[in-house]
Amino acid sequence: MSVSDKIVESLVKNKVEFVTTVPCKQLAGVIAGIENTPEIMHIPSNKEDEGMGLCAGAYMGGKRPAIIMQNTALGVTFNTLSSLTQFYNLPLPMIISYRGEIGERVAIQVEMAVHTKALLQQLKIQTYHFHEPDDIRDLDSILNHTFMSRKPTAILTDSNFWGGY
Amino acid sequence: MIRSDVIKDLIPVITDELVVCNIGLPSQELHMMDDQPTNFYMLGTMGLASSIGLGLALTQKSKVIAIDGDGSILTNLGTLPTIANNPADNFVLFIVDNGSYGSTGDQPTYAGMKTSLAAVASACGCENVVECQAEDAVETMKAALASDKMTIIVCKCESGNIPVPVIELDAPVIKHRFMEEVKKRNA
Ligand SMILES: [Mg+2]
Repeated sequence: MSVSDKIVESLVKNKVEFVTTVPCKQLAGVIAGIENTPEIMHIPSNKEDEGMGLCAGAYMGGKRPAIIMQNTALGVTFNTLSSLTQFYNLPLPMIISYRGEIGERVAIQVEMAVHTKALLQQLKIQTYHFHEPDDIRDLDSILNHTFMSRKPTAILTDSNFWGGY
Repeated sequence: MIRSDVIKDLIPVITDELVVCNIGLPSQELHMMDDQPTNFYMLGTMGLASSIGLGLALTQKSKVIAIDGDGSILTNLGTLPTIANNPADNFVLFIVDNGSYGSTGDQPTYAGMKTSLAAVASACGCENVVECQAEDAVETMKAALASDKMTIIVCKCESGNIPVPVIELDAPVIKHRFMEEVKKRNA
């Protein structure tokens, strides 16, 4: 089973029923998997902060949400993460493709990679880094922890986790 | 008529519905005139009222009205294609279009110049788009609620503000009482 399929399986198992996505090449498999999973309503968004708004609404509508996005977009989400997700105590798993890590072939991706963890730390966002494909085993408990704590959680998934380029 | 007049007129029609209200003065005006648990006040994140409203409408059965503004729609223009392509027939997006950023001192917006938000919404694929004048807001909202079709209303009004107190409710309290109301309606 691919890590993409394992992510979708974990989302379903943890009753995540509303997922918004902004594409990344590394996330193509998981996005396709979500689209083809009847238990999950998939609403693609045009920008990540818009997606976080959709997730806030879905959570208040009684569905567990998640967002799937790329780390380069973190900057556009800071106001939303602090004044919506955090200020209202909303849970939000963020499955993030961690571009610009070891194995990256596009130099510009590294420019946001070097800021990614520092920015998340500055926002006091609980952060997990999946480097080995086996790290997926923690996803169930991370999702559970996210909904228990009612906070956003970043799950950074790097190139090595996805099996390289 | 200015925005607060429009909201005041709408209250008898929307008071029993779930309302997601835009950041700043619109929320403060609604809070001052008709505070209740069915109102979700945005205290921050300009632009996301329509996104929160759509997410809520797609995931439960009750009707949802998002009260948005022209400036906020322009801030999050990507919301219109998302709304158009994921229609929720229990959703009414009501855009108060006063051609200005009201909460920040009435600076003009492009919606008050060459840009027609109704035309943008239609071009994005929204199927039921109605532009109305402030005087017709109540009838337009009643018709939208009765139609059981997702509707985008662009309500043209004058810019201007009334003095309103800030909202002292804690954000998690606003969320909690709103979610309890959502649960009740979907039980
Ligand atoms: Mg305005």
